[in-house]
Amino acid sequence: MTQLPEKTERKMGLVIDLDTCVGCHACVVSCKGWNTENYGAPLSDQNPYGADPSGTFLNRVHSYEVQPESGPAQLIHFPKSCLHCEDAPCVTVCPTGASYKRTEDGIVLVNEKDCIGCGLCAWACPYGARELDKAEGVMKKCTLCVDRIYNENLPEEDRVPACVRTCPSNARHFGDLGDPDSAVSQLVAERGGMDLMPEQGTKPVNKYLPPRPKDRLNEEIDILAPLLAPVVEEPKGFLGWLDKTLEKL
Amino acid sequence: MHPAPSIIAFSTFSGLGLGLLFWLGIDPTAPTGWVAFAFFAIAYALAVGGLISSTFHLGRPERAIKAFTQWQTSWLSREAWCAVAALVTMGIYAFLLVFFDTQVSILGWIGAAFALATVYTTSMIYAQLKTVPRWNTALTSALFLSLSIAGGALLSGRVTIGLVLLLVAGGLQALWWKTGDTRFKESGTDLKTATGLGNIGEVRAFEPPHTGTNYLLNEMVYTVGRRHAQKLRMIALVLMLVVPVFLLLLPYPHIFGLLALISHIAGVLVSRWLFFAEAEHVVGLYYGMR
Repeated sequence: MTQLPEKTERKMGLVIDLDTCVGCHACVVSCKGWNTENYGAPLSDQNPYGADPSGTFLNRVHSYEVQPESGPAQLIHFPKSCLHCEDAPCVTVCPTGASYKRTEDGIVLVNEKDCIGCGLCAWACPYGARELDKAEGVMKKCTLCVDRIYNENLPEEDRVPACVRTCPSNARHFGDLGDPDSAVSQLVAERGGMDLMPEQGTKPVNKYLPPRPKDRLNEEIDILAPLLAPVVEEPKGFLGWLDKTLEKL
Repeated sequence: MHPAPSIIAFSTFSGLGLGLLFWLGIDPTAPTGWVAFAFFAIAYALAVGGLISSTFHLGRPERAIKAFTQWQTSWLSREAWCAVAALVTMGIYAFLLVFFDTQVSILGWIGAAFALATVYTTSMIYAQLKTVPRWNTALTSALFLSLSIAGGALLSGRVTIGLVLLLVAGGLQALWWKTGDTRFKESGTDLKTATGLGNIGEVRAFEPPHTGTNYLLNEMVYTVGRRHAQKLRMIALVLMLVVPVFLLLLPYPHIFGLLALISHIAGVLVSRWLFFAEAEHVVGLYYGMR
């Protein structure tokens, strides 16, 4: 059903740390690898080795340059996948009931057997989290690796989404954001986790941790500078003569 | 947004056909016999043809029937119900008019109401989307409804009321364009809120996630037509409003009325193309585009 549950028992989701993400795209690759051969239709590529390759991905990493008022610009890598919103606009617009939000854990899923591929849910999502697979004609989206996280055939450490499991810099965390005592909720509280596009009213479950303030190289030098003898001195002797002569030319 | 020809054709022609059904439904002296047959055949060809063309953009058209299930939340599902209700009600109304010379006015009124409801639900599919600020306004519904009723009036040969409705639709179109140009900015969504990085400083898209294109960019970040948008707006307004009004004021309503109708339809097609091509989806922000 496309009516959103008033309340979900848990709010499973991701916390993404923009401070530690190094932009290696390993999560993109592991996501595609796991999801193309497990839940639902494969994630197809079109013309993958040709001049104009494209394909379906459930997770993509952008990179942004942020220029503070003073100091050097910062480069911030920005992984983006479905945020499993509490007020998911993609669910309510679905005409067939293929899109739904689970009451037990809040995961937003697509029942691909009911999807007619109208694309309206992708229009309704402000984050670009849904992509219509060209080969299958059905909508694909992040499942939060629903086929991993409860899978008792996997070793316990693997029962997290593929992107979280693979991240080499621990920039992705998985847990219940509805439980204030969970590790992810405490992380969000401690680091000031934020919503993307809060004005869209989607109430995303996934949170982003803002980059920590950068060290200021200049300030440290300023403190010590008066105590240090100048490193650069006027050249003497032959070099001094050369410097002066060249200056006059 | 990508201006898919199937969707442009669907919303233009089914809007016209449903507009004609509206006028036939509320007509106190509706045509009967073969004249009625001709009118209803045109209305059904446009409305049904448009609806069929809308299924061409589906990834899985063979499952289209499932779109009737979620009317409680989905405007697309409500549109499907309203369209069937309008076509069935007006079908019975038309059957009695054509073959029995009998007008059951109440059926006509109900059918007319469903015809307008269908156009309204179509408009709400777009107007509900917060992600496309240009569409996200009640003016979108007003524009779709006024164009449908005006086009229907032209189709059914109602010159005087047609003139008035054309001017109303033209005015709404101009207002929709004018207010639409600033609505993205007014929505408050920009790259700063999209990334949450605005409190550090100016945010700029540095590198996209991939070198090629993708579904999102093809579908929602269509920027090709915007360069000529202002010229196309003038062309649309001249074709859908100025030329038809001029032609309707001439004598020989049959010949010039037909030309006015053709010009109007061409204008609405251009306007509907711009409706999509000019609409910016907020997801474009993530790619440093609009």
